[in-house]
Amino acid sequence: MNRILPILTILLAILAFWYAAAIWMNAPWQNTLNGRADLTDVPFLTFAQQTWGQDKPVLPAPHQVFAEIWNATMGLEFTSRRSLALHAWITLSATLLGFVFGTALGVGLAVAIIHNDASDRSLMPWIIASQTIPILAVAPMVVVGLGAVGVTGLVPKALISMYLSFFPVVVGMVKGLRSPERIQLDLMRTYDANPWQVFWKLRWPSALPFLFASMKVGIAISLIGAVVAELSNAAGGGLGVRLLTGSYNGQTVQIWAALFIAAGLAAVLVAIVGMAERAVNAPNGVRA
Amino acid sequence: MIFRHRILATLGTLSALLAIVTPEVVLADGAAAPAGRLLLLPIIGLVLAGGIGLLTRWTLWQPLVSLVLLFGSALMLPGAVAGFAGAIGGPAYWQSLIAFWLLTWNFAERLSAAIRDGRLPETGTGVIIPITFGLTLLILWEAITRGANVPPVLLPAPSAIGTQLANSAPILWADFVQTFIKSVIPGYVIGCLAGLVVAIAVDRSPFLKAGLLPIGNFMSALPIIGIAPIMVMWFGFDWQSKAAVVVAMTFFPMLVNTVAGLNAASSIERDLMRTYAASYWQTLLKLRLPAAGPFIFNALKINSTLALIGAIVAEFFGTPVVGMGFRISTGVGRLAIDLVWAEIAVAAVAGSAFYGVLALIERGVTFWHPSVRGGRA
Repeated sequence: MNRILPILTILLAILAFWYAAAIWMNAPWQNTLNGRADLTDVPFLTFAQQTWGQDKPVLPAPHQVFAEIWNATMGLEFTSRRSLALHAWITLSATLLGFVFGTALGVGLAVAIIHNDASDRSLMPWIIASQTIPILAVAPMVVVGLGAVGVTGLVPKALISMYLSFFPVVVGMVKGLRSPERIQLDLMRTYDANPWQVFWKLRWPSALPFLFASMKVGIAISLIGAVVAELSNAAGGGLGVRLLTGSYNGQTVQIWAALFIAAGLAAVLVAIVGMAERAVNAPNGVRA
Repeated sequence: MIFRHRILATLGTLSALLAIVTPEVVLADGAAAPAGRLLLLPIIGLVLAGGIGLLTRWTLWQPLVSLVLLFGSALMLPGAVAGFAGAIGGPAYWQSLIAFWLLTWNFAERLSAAIRDGRLPETGTGVIIPITFGLTLLILWEAITRGANVPPVLLPAPSAIGTQLANSAPILWADFVQTFIKSVIPGYVIGCLAGLVVAIAVDRSPFLKAGLLPIGNFMSALPIIGIAPIMVMWFGFDWQSKAAVVVAMTFFPMLVNTVAGLNAASSIERDLMRTYAASYWQTLLKLRLPAAGPFIFNALKINSTLALIGAIVAEFFGTPVVGMGFRISTGVGRLAIDLVWAEIAVAAVAGSAFYGVLALIERGVTFWHPSVRGGRA
């Protein structure tokens, strides 16, 4: 109970703030509408309800967004082109594929970097530089280029997710695998441990907390990659496409609904990684 | 270690020797003749570099000479494509490229081994390896796009991008000012400072911390970039909407990392501060904030790349006719791919410099952390 109460309090505060902001931000347009309809002296409560019920509001009220989410997931067949559940599934599959590739690549690179001076010295600066390339901007070129050689659908999006999600894993794992203190490494030496044993019994366990912290960032960023990659391929579907069409048509409620679904997906994915983290870290005695 | 050097150097030398016995070089007749003449010099250079790579001891002159030989030969390679029939590289060309790649790899291995053993100084020589790696990638890119005749619309050669970079410098500078100076920097500073201040404020109240932390975690995992169309609707097309997106993207990673970092000091250290009768602020400034340093710098580094991405992607949803995101999206539409790559190069240099400055500051500030003490950060 004492974990739920603070969260609920903050959430209620945000909700109240949101409704108030919706009144304030939608008021100018509502005044114009009422002026056209020759409505004067509208009581404040009625006016507030009007601002919460507009068709294309500047800031939709929460209940409008949730109604839209409900209608677009439960109210439609899964196979319908307007079903948010279908679009969420398209995005989720690209995200997961990219995340698995990205984590594997990141751990592999980190292991190579800490064990081989040459790859550390030559790769690390370029791995960091690779992230400053706005791959999201290159996404259209990647999608078009891979399409030309016959690779379409899930793989181009997953590649972009992979490119984004390997980076936090490399940075975190290099830091984590180097985190054992010199004295601990010396202890392993007094045990006559070979490099393989040092890795599995000292470096890997001490890097696990870093790995999970990185994986939480990685899975979230991989979802972002999938969503933005979808912006450049409107025919393929996905939450990014819903954002884009909503923005073209001024359908603010649709934008917010797609955003909330993406948010929900991210929350569930991060929660799953978090559960795995607790399950793995607890036996290793990591301080929470 | 020596074993791996031997394999790499032997394979590289063999590959260069194989290039000599290909028809283009040996026969040197008819249409293949110019290719043979053009390739002869680089191949000899590669064979010599391979010989040096096989030497057991590496002191000062071996790396210097092999560096000159390797890159001198490699720079002649892309030009040799012109000598082949149809301007597409033949077997001798690809053999030489493979030899160049293997021998450069060997070079990096030998040099880092020499630095590790203390035969060469770390400062100065340490920088050569990543630069060599980058140059190798550039030369391979140039040689492959030219040798395999890749259409420029798919992937332009680095030389074409370089020309474009020089020709459209004023446009690129204006885009850089609009996106980096006007949108990224203000958004980054505001977002990071706000995250830090809120984290410290929240940390005092367990109730607020218990309420805000799960929500902050939740928010930092969201695809916040999705609010870009909304911000463009609210704040207009100019840099304000992009800075707003950057603020929203950088705030939550900073909040979550700082809160986690403030918990990093162990209770035994806090108890020690208590025995000193240290006040809350003294404990915060002298123990907990320094202990949170690695976490805060982690957030700063993550945010530096997020901020650039956020500003560029936000420009896809609406912008004045200047800015990196604008140039990229219109460039892809007009198939001006070399201009797009030039813009990406500018973004990459700006982002790397940003990150590099942060990493330098981190090494100075968190000098006590094992990951800094034990070697490179």
